[in-house]
Amino acid sequence: MSVRAALIWMLLALPAWGQGAGGQGFAGMGAEVKGFALPDPDHRFSFPADHGPHPDFRIEWWYLTANLEGPDGTPFGAQWTLFRIGLAPGAGEGWQSPQMWMGHAGLTTPEAHFAAERFARDGIGQAGVTASPFAAHIDDWEMIGHAAPGEDELDRLTLTARGADFSFRLEARAEGPLVFHGEDGFSVKSEGGQASHYYSQPFYRIEGEIVLPDGPVPVTGRGWLDREWSSQPLEGAQSGWDWFAMHFDSGEKLMIAQVRSGARSDFTAATWISADGATDPIPDGAARFTPLETAAMAGRDVPVRWRVELPARGLDVEVAAINPDAWMDTAFAYWEGPVRITGTHPGIGYLEMTGY
Amino acid sequence: MTALSALLSHWRAHPVQLAMLLLGLALATALFSGVQAINAEARASYAAAEAVLGQDRLARLVPAEGTARIDEADYVALRRAGWLVSPVLEARATLDGQRVTVLGVDPLTAPPQAGVGALADGDTLADFFTPPGLRFAAAETAARLEGVEPADGLPPGTVLTDIGIAQSLAGAEGQLSRLLLWPDQPEGLRPWQEIAPALRLEEPDAAGDLARLTDSFHLNLTAFGLLSFAVGLFIVHAAVGLAFEQRRSMFRTLRALGLPAGQLMALLLGELTLLALVAGAAGVALGYLLAATLLPDVAATLGGLYGAPVAGSLAIRPEWWAVGLGIALAGTWAAGARSLWRVWALPLLAPAQPRAWARASERALIGQAAAAVALALAAFALAGWGGGLVAGFVLLACLLVAAALALPVLLTGVLLAVQLRVRGVLAGWFLSDTRQQLPGLSLALMALMLALAANIGVGTMVASFRLTFTGWLDQRLAAEIYVSGRDAAEAEALRAWLEPRSDAILPIWSVTGEISGEPGAVFGVKDHATYRDHWPLLAAEPDVWDRVAEGRGVLVNEQGARRLQLSLGDPVRLPAGLELPLAGIYSDYGNPQAQAMVGLERFLAAYPDVPRLAHAVRVAPEEAAGLRTALVDEFGLPPDRVTDQAEAKRFSLQVFERTFAVTAALNVLTLGVAAVALLASLVTLSGMRLPQLAPVWAMGLTRARLARLEMLRTLVLAALTAVVALPVGLGLAWVLLAVINVEAFGWRLPMRVFPSDWARLAGAALLAAALAAALPARRLARLAPADLLRVFARER
Repeated sequence: MSVRAALIWMLLALPAWGQGAGGQGFAGMGAEVKGFALPDPDHRFSFPADHGPHPDFRIEWWYLTANLEGPDGTPFGAQWTLFRIGLAPGAGEGWQSPQMWMGHAGLTTPEAHFAAERFARDGIGQAGVTASPFAAHIDDWEMIGHAAPGEDELDRLTLTARGADFSFRLEARAEGPLVFHGEDGFSVKSEGGQASHYYSQPFYRIEGEIVLPDGPVPVTGRGWLDREWSSQPLEGAQSGWDWFAMHFDSGEKLMIAQVRSGARSDFTAATWISADGATDPIPDGAARFTPLETAAMAGRDVPVRWRVELPARGLDVEVAAINPDAWMDTAFAYWEGPVRITGTHPGIGYLEMTGY
Repeated sequence: MTALSALLSHWRAHPVQLAMLLLGLALATALFSGVQAINAEARASYAAAEAVLGQDRLARLVPAEGTARIDEADYVALRRAGWLVSPVLEARATLDGQRVTVLGVDPLTAPPQAGVGALADGDTLADFFTPPGLRFAAAETAARLEGVEPADGLPPGTVLTDIGIAQSLAGAEGQLSRLLLWPDQPEGLRPWQEIAPALRLEEPDAAGDLARLTDSFHLNLTAFGLLSFAVGLFIVHAAVGLAFEQRRSMFRTLRALGLPAGQLMALLLGELTLLALVAGAAGVALGYLLAATLLPDVAATLGGLYGAPVAGSLAIRPEWWAVGLGIALAGTWAAGARSLWRVWALPLLAPAQPRAWARASERALIGQAAAAVALALAAFALAGWGGGLVAGFVLLACLLVAAALALPVLLTGVLLAVQLRVRGVLAGWFLSDTRQQLPGLSLALMALMLALAANIGVGTMVASFRLTFTGWLDQRLAAEIYVSGRDAAEAEALRAWLEPRSDAILPIWSVTGEISGEPGAVFGVKDHATYRDHWPLLAAEPDVWDRVAEGRGVLVNEQGARRLQLSLGDPVRLPAGLELPLAGIYSDYGNPQAQAMVGLERFLAAYPDVPRLAHAVRVAPEEAAGLRTALVDEFGLPPDRVTDQAEAKRFSLQVFERTFAVTAALNVLTLGVAAVALLASLVTLSGMRLPQLAPVWAMGLTRARLARLEMLRTLVLAALTAVVALPVGLGLAWVLLAVINVEAFGWRLPMRVFPSDWARLAGAALLAAALAAALPARRLARLAPADLLRVFARER
């Protein structure tokens, strides 16, 4: 087992990330996770502080996905993610800081998918996040905020990342407010009460340039930033999840996800976001997910076309991958790529699937 | 089958002969495979050291010349610019009161080729990072350290741990030794030279610095192993020759009964092979024991001399046991080839008269003498014009073989000369009979001569070296106390504290780098009487110390000057673009690398970032002990940070003695093998000499007198051999001191002679000869008269 595998092991113990280690696997982690703080339903967000790291929690991420379009209308997808993983609560100076960082970058075209990852220790300046002025980085990958006075720190971002055979530089400009999932950002992940703090900025307009092996391509599009932190593992039986971020042509947005449980009924969560940013949390059991088609990759079958139904909102859509082969072949492997949405609410979006 | 049992019945009838053959072969194989085992273990350790963290496959960024460490900020800057590099710290530290090398790594950024991942696995990753952290070492090292877990692929004496923990263990916070470069880097990165100009690139080194550095040491050992084996083969040759000789009539009978020659040959070859395998296996086992006994000393030597980590325990590796068995087989076949050929050519119908061993013939002697002269001339030519270590060893071989070949010629000459001057029938018979026996004994005597010469030569070399070395130590280790701080701040405080309490504080500050293209180290030297009065200069300008102090000249050690072919006044290129003329050459024994000394001011101007940790302190000798105690009390220095002169000398001498402990052990063993060779030959001859002795006995010489004469004969021959061995041994010592040492280590040593050692050695040789002759002589003394009588009647 390698270090990378160890990181996976830690990620497995996260809400909404999982690879189905069959019940006993994380049982020992329980609710009391080595002195880490637990998500608190009474937490009131305070910005810009909450844009920064929460080292008393075990896991945290800054997760941006972007649906992009080239000058000729070719669809692209880009992903920029920074994970913080705590070995113990609290931060420190130098190598002794018990925090680690992991970066993932992805770039998807209809024909190809590129992925890269970075790892770093905390405390020496190789990676980290500051809330104000906002700056997140690992190695040379950056997500830098340059908000004007009075704006939220995340309102204007410049993102850069580079892999062996690709790179991108994106300017993101928010056109709406932050939105909070669950009950004011307290997002429940299982019937047993596992939860996280979870908010998003789904209203980004994006302009920038992606560099493919064939050369640079100017792009425009929409972006969605997720911020989430927690300390709790998945429930033992939960094996993975399917998460959708949808930008409808109407201007409305939807976060909709299911946490798969094998035998028991799956746990679902969704947030309906109006064009002005008003949210409507939708409780467990209201959504239905049906895989329509799978594709074989990396030795497994992954659904790449879904039917997603949310009767309460009259939603019945088909979600199809722009490139079915958007496999993130990183140490912790999963599927993450842009999708096209057709049906009652046409649009575009991003799909993330773990635990296959 | 019947033929086989007939052949083998010989051995049942002659168990001593069988034992001798097996013993000789086993001893020869043991010495050879023992040496090979030591070499193989050492080389495996080097390979492990070089493969650690994949350094044999990964390029790395290292501190530029003139600096010792990389600033951690450079690492972060490179990562922030997109370079995929991983930090490594390699430093000495004290764990559990023992000095070890700590190797700090960052498993998160280490390239897969570094193989670090296997150590910090899932459940333990957090433990690996979190103080006190997980520590790993080779099983042997882990066993003697608390809280260190065994792991594969680490050289002995090295503890692998997290980079942060390594920094605090070594007191090197914020410092790195090197950065491992991932093989595939992203495109379009800013050149690393712009980001971290203080670094330089080092390509993966598959050839191996340690292997190159220690090559000559191993070549020395191998040469010794081969010498021992050659001596051992004399025994095998004697025993095999005798066994064939004694069975001539049996061969004839078997052939006459219809056994085809080919089949007989096959049987005999099979017999030899079987004997070789049995003795070879025993020899390999003995060799293992020998190597296991000697290895700790060799490991200590290699560690002390070259800083090469070598495991103190021995693994059974095919590269030495297979070679050991192979050489036992090849040696036996070679030793038996002549005998086999004679069986092949055996005239079936000729009377099966046993020939009393090969007889001396003037032609053979003349041939030997000619070959000896040719080889001696070749040796002279090599001594005059040869170059390189291999040439040195060829010179040695020529010298030894020439001497060995000349030995029977010389002995014959001496015996003849004496015979012309003595009167008396008995003396005449004694001398001519001795000459008659020379061909049978000459191989054993050659073995004895070689062993003696090797002993004299190596003994003289070691003793000369020791004398020079101790004198040199007295000059070199002139300061009373040596102390170093654990970090720059402590060293600074040490200097301030010592300033009023000592006569002088002499910095021992150095940078590593290339000296005119050779890897080496440069030291800054303060202008002080300690150097002016004591430093062991071999050649120097008259005002050498003024030149050095004023930064107008540089000193280079002997091996460096020799390798770079520098003479006084030549420009010497030092790291960071410094270039100074050579002002002096000093002896620097025990250091394999080039070294230079520059005046302190010039040194600090050229290398301002040099770590300033170690110092030599001059005080009145009677105050040294008190000051040392005070230093420990005041600064809480661990014992390895402060030593006094006596201790430093003791340590240096210890390294020296260990270096030659192996040589001494092999020497004694070689002499032992030679004694066994002599015994084998004498036993062999005594069986065949009855027909020659019986007439003398019949004429009235008692058996006891005959036995005493036999004993005397052996002693006379041994004494003459020892006399011949002396000049050969001194020649050998000269070659070792003036050729091999210079080529292998870069220093030439004055030769000193130690006649008392020779006397002791001659005594040992005579004792060995007496012991070897005792058994056959005793047998002769107790021989039943009937056996002697039977000589005259015996059907043979």
